[in-house]
Amino acid sequence: MNSKVRKIIPQLITLLVVILIFGFFTFNAQINMDNRGIEFGFGFLTQESSFDVQFSLIEYDGSHSYARAYLVGLLNTLLVAFIGIIISTILGVIVGIARLSPNYLIERTAAIYVEFFRNIPLLLQIFFWYFAALRALPLPQDADSIFGVSYLTIKGLYTPSFVWENLNIFFYSLIAAIISIIVIKNYAKKLQENQGKQLPVFSISIGLLIILPLLTFLFGGVSLDFEIPVIKQLSTTGFIYEGGLSIPPELIALTLALSLYTATFIAECVRAGIQGISKGQKEAAASIGLTPNQILKLVIMPQALRIIIPPTTNQYLNLTKNSSLAAAIAYPDLVLVFAGTALMQTGRAIEIVSITMLTYLSISLSISVLMNWYNKKIAIKEK
Amino acid sequence: MNKLNFLKPDNQNVSTYLYTGSFLFFIAVFDVFLSSFFKINITSFLPNILSFLLPLIIGVIGLHLIRIEFSGIKNLDLLNKNINTNNFNAVLTLLIIFIIIKSIPPIMSWFILDANIAGDTKEACTGSGACWTYIKIWLNRFIYGMYPNELQWRINISFILLIALAFVGLIPSEKLKKFLTLYYVVIYPILAFILIYYLISGGSLGLEWVETGAWGGLSLTFIVSFFCLIFCFPVGMFLALGRRSELPTVRYISVGFIEFWRGVPLITVLFMSSVMFPMFLPEDFFMDKLVRVIIAISLFEAAYVAEVIRGGLQALPRGQYDAAKSLGMGYWKLHIFVILPQALKLVIPGIANTFLALVKDTPLIFVVGLLELVGMLNLAKTNPKWLGFAMEGYVFAAIIFWIICYAMSKYSYNLELKYKTER
Repeated sequence: MNSKVRKIIPQLITLLVVILIFGFFTFNAQINMDNRGIEFGFGFLTQESSFDVQFSLIEYDGSHSYARAYLVGLLNTLLVAFIGIIISTILGVIVGIARLSPNYLIERTAAIYVEFFRNIPLLLQIFFWYFAALRALPLPQDADSIFGVSYLTIKGLYTPSFVWENLNIFFYSLIAAIISIIVIKNYAKKLQENQGKQLPVFSISIGLLIILPLLTFLFGGVSLDFEIPVIKQLSTTGFIYEGGLSIPPELIALTLALSLYTATFIAECVRAGIQGISKGQKEAAASIGLTPNQILKLVIMPQALRIIIPPTTNQYLNLTKNSSLAAAIAYPDLVLVFAGTALMQTGRAIEIVSITMLTYLSISLSISVLMNWYNKKIAIKEK
Repeated sequence: MNKLNFLKPDNQNVSTYLYTGSFLFFIAVFDVFLSSFFKINITSFLPNILSFLLPLIIGVIGLHLIRIEFSGIKNLDLLNKNINTNNFNAVLTLLIIFIIIKSIPPIMSWFILDANIAGDTKEACTGSGACWTYIKIWLNRFIYGMYPNELQWRINISFILLIALAFVGLIPSEKLKKFLTLYYVVIYPILAFILIYYLISGGSLGLEWVETGAWGGLSLTFIVSFFCLIFCFPVGMFLALGRRSELPTVRYISVGFIEFWRGVPLITVLFMSSVMFPMFLPEDFFMDKLVRVIIAISLFEAAYVAEVIRGGLQALPRGQYDAAKSLGMGYWKLHIFVILPQALKLVIPGIANTFLALVKDTPLIFVVGLLELVGMLNLAKTNPKWLGFAMEGYVFAAIIFWIICYAMSKYSYNLELKYKTER
């Protein structure tokens, strides 16, 4: 009885404190909102937003609703996160492997890069790229072309855009290629388990990925054109590029800073992962006659990935959350569009800030649920 | 004399290979050196692309020739082992050497040779390099923000006192040693708060009141990181214990709290503290925005500290708990004297990383209108008298932050070594 009471009382006290704090906040919020004549609710989301966003992946202007503005911001955030994750992974893996290089100069260079970029605040790096480095680029009329088709100017990067015809057929062929690769991979695995024969799965996959889409160009009526940006004079000093794809400098600065910063952390994860594999594993694999390629593919990598992937996913999450710094250089991401402009216009602080936080929270939680599932799947089964 | 086989250098003719190889390598480096420092291209008679690639080709041949296995020369073997194991490595080595040589002149000229520091107007900056005059003139603002010039001694004195108080822990005798933790965890923060409240903020004791909006620059960076650091640690510790607790209510509340703060970006937390939080307070209740920011950042970082400490708690073997319980220790005694000292020792690197992240996050307080170092830079950058010196400002701030963060990470590394115990 005594021990039961001792377990219940602290719980009751904690619960009471938490409820009291929440109650206090809600009570005050109620009074404050009554005084200002605001009513809690999400009806404003369907109202006309009447503000414009500089850069948007979907069609958007002032006549669309606040909900649409939210979507624009969310997509822009996801775009930055997506590009940043790809670049930082490539860079991080290269640097992480370079840090294990037997070559002293390469190892030092990689170490200096890591120590340099991860010890400087990300916000400062974003400002540096945006206000200092990218401002040193030429004006549109003075820009030299890159391979004759792209232009890197102070107003952003102008590259050719793809103009597809029958894109869906091309897309289907890609899906077909991926499905057949999976089938072949399973077949190869069975073949190896049953008869000990090995198929060159990798070359077959690459071949399929190239040949199937190529066939659609020849027979499926798919065609691809490039639209090259052309300079156009607006006034005596105003020039602009028309056509093609234009990438705003905010996006360039943000992805550059995020990737360079996050890559240092990913590099450390990769290094730790590879270092975490004991030498005996490699030697044991070699002693049963595996080739160096097989050792890497079948012994080292599966074990190293088990160590590398969880912290790397954490870094991806950090990158996604850090992309909210976009607000500092006016890249229209979720925070700037929704928690900034929309909040200023509607004054609905509680609703908008909660929606923004919940969005980030659900991204984070869904990725960590996925991660836990993956961790359980690849964990070494021990007794 | 043996036949020379240039495709596969061996240790028969070491000196021949060595001299030819080093000569070629030297030529390659010399060519790049000349073109970089003196703008002389000694191979300009060749076609453009060949002249550009020649040093690399010559260098690779040179390195190939000196790659002699078991040459019998100790230094050569060491060199080959470290930078010259195969052709691919040789190419990378050369590229790195060339890039270093190429980048020295422009960096030197920007930083020192063509830079200006004399004078006190924009016009003094005539060189093509950096304008350190800008930093010199604005240095006061970068350190003290908008704090009135004649009152800046107050910031200086409180910082000196704070540092002095931090070293008090080194003095006392064995007798007082057991109060050290109490001193650092409870008394020191209170003293620090009193100092900052009465000396920097003022408003009483005959000192003029300076509103927090005027605080700024590097001193604000220090104040914010200092207080957040002090507050986030105990909160994080309690959260970690809560998450490991046997009581379901306590555990779920801790988990919810930790996961919430870890799932949202700091910038939205600051938004919340500035626009949403005032709605939750009674109408006549006013909380300074600096205090709000410090609370917000502390709670945010506390969640991260909690996860780090939880890692340490989980790493301890069950035997420690059982042994302590068998001695009749209760929950708090067990944790304070047995578990936490060991767990905290284990997680020093993780905590140091969290603190580093905290220092690097302080610039974000620009969201609520507080201007620490980076914020002041952005303000100075838009001053019409000093347009166009963004680069100098950011480089200056980057150097300062880098020194702070690097020193912290080295210090934590030393701590880790100092407290490392064999298990």
